[in-house]
Amino acid sequence: MERSDLLDLLREDARTSTADLARMLDTDEATVQAELDALEADGAVRGYRAVLDPDRVEDERVEAVVELDVTLDRETGYEDIARRLVQFDEIRGLRLVSGDYDFAVDVEADSMRAVSRFVSDQVAPVPEVTKTVTHFVMQTYKEAGIAFEDGDDDDRLSVTP
Amino acid sequence: MSEFHVSERVGSVPPSGIRKFFELAEERDDVVSLGVGEPDFSAPWRAREAAIGALERGRTSYTANRGTRELREEVARYVQRFDLTYDADDEILVTAGASEAIDLAFRALCDPGDGVAVVQPSYVSYVPGVTFAGAEPIPVPTRAEDGFELTPEVLRASGAADAEMLVLCYPNNPTGATMDRAGLEAVAEFVRDHDLTVLSDEIYAELTYEGEHTSIAALPGMRERTVVLNGFSKAYAMTGLRLGYALGPADAVGAMNRVHQYTMLSAPTTAQHAALTALRECDDEVRSMCAQYDRRRRFVLARFREMGIDCPEATGAFYLFPESPDPDAGAFAEALLDAEGVAMVPGDAFGAGGAGHLRVSYATGMDDLRTAMNRLERFLDER
Repeated sequence: MERSDLLDLLREDARTSTADLARMLDTDEATVQAELDALEADGAVRGYRAVLDPDRVEDERVEAVVELDVTLDRETGYEDIARRLVQFDEIRGLRLVSGDYDFAVDVEADSMRAVSRFVSDQVAPVPEVTKTVTHFVMQTYKEAGIAFEDGDDDDRLSVTP
Repeated sequence: MSEFHVSERVGSVPPSGIRKFFELAEERDDVVSLGVGEPDFSAPWRAREAAIGALERGRTSYTANRGTRELREEVARYVQRFDLTYDADDEILVTAGASEAIDLAFRALCDPGDGVAVVQPSYVSYVPGVTFAGAEPIPVPTRAEDGFELTPEVLRASGAADAEMLVLCYPNNPTGATMDRAGLEAVAEFVRDHDLTVLSDEIYAELTYEGEHTSIAALPGMRERTVVLNGFSKAYAMTGLRLGYALGPADAVGAMNRVHQYTMLSAPTTAQHAALTALRECDDEVRSMCAQYDRRRRFVLARFREMGIDCPEATGAFYLFPESPDPDAGAFAEALLDAEGVAMVPGDAFGAGGAGHLRVSYATGMDDLRTAMNRLERFLDER
């Protein structure tokens, strides 16, 4: 069994049972379980999460993409800033990016007000942060490779040659 | 009743054996169907976009009879991956699906009374095609114990030596069998010894899960006596766009084009634009679909093994052809459909050698496959 094949399957559907993973990979369950344990222990697999369509879940959360400009000095690097920012639960994603700003931050909270307050009270005051631009997410059409469309209608005839 | 009388040729061909089963399945709306002979994917988006773009630019005219030059040149380049070399000028014909090419081949290359050996179990169109052309089908039943590969022994035993033409399809619908170079070499030797021509339907060539697809036309002494068929329906999930092609020596392809130019004129123009992009830009999508079929194949094979269902380790297309737990596969398929709403096609619909087997298509999503296998298991437990 190739590790990359197992990862392909997990990325497609992390809820696939070890029994089915074993069947698809032509191996036994114990081998798959051992590999899963190793992937988790190595930190190669960092977690398994459901991909939710915010339109269809009850407690609608507000998401925002926040652009962050920072200044560095001799004592402070991107890593140091990131280490502080990842501590906030409201920050769901944090990436250093190329281009006009430094960090792309995914922020999630209960309301627009809560997001605004979080950015102004918690993020903006960080000494290295020089500028924030907050984009509220208005609609999600695709996430983690999954398009949020109405059920895929199989229009094929039920039996064909 | 009208004033028409149905021609003897057409009257002698029974309706497709799949028809009856299709009607049974259509009566229910909760069916999980493993009876579908086409991909569950849609055509790659780039190919669809090319079709839309062609329409937007007003490309709605006929093309050259043989297909656009660009597409033929791209096909010529593409088939080199199977060690096949054909001249875009006069050795490639673009058709309305490989299905049209099957019909053209029999009409253009067979005389009334010619024997045409058809390897079976087979796709349902060959025998009627031979009959419509006035030629005589000779069934060549392959065997489960050979993994449904074609051998010189079954060719000899079925009287194929007296035929003019041999029709084979590997990777195979309905059995999923593939043939490696050694197996094809033995067949090629028989073909040369008995001076047959070959119609090789390689529509599933890309869907080969172990080793590489070998075309019989790439073997020594075979190019001049083989017409290869391929198309976009299976690998590129473009069934509804109806586009295929034939490759062969100029005189054979020229004769097929003679029929084509008077009956079809040219293959669908929009589809030709989609196909060009498919060949140029969609290898990754094909690889991804292929990887998914392969996983499903292994999943279903494993479930069959756990249920004690005997099934050859098929390595191509998107079909498995297990032995039916009840020797009467038709009765089993109907009972399974009735009790659990799972559709599998009885193997006898695919001709000689198919009786007692079921065709199981895994061109369906993992969730449906899981459901179907769970229901099958319950059905077997309760029998």
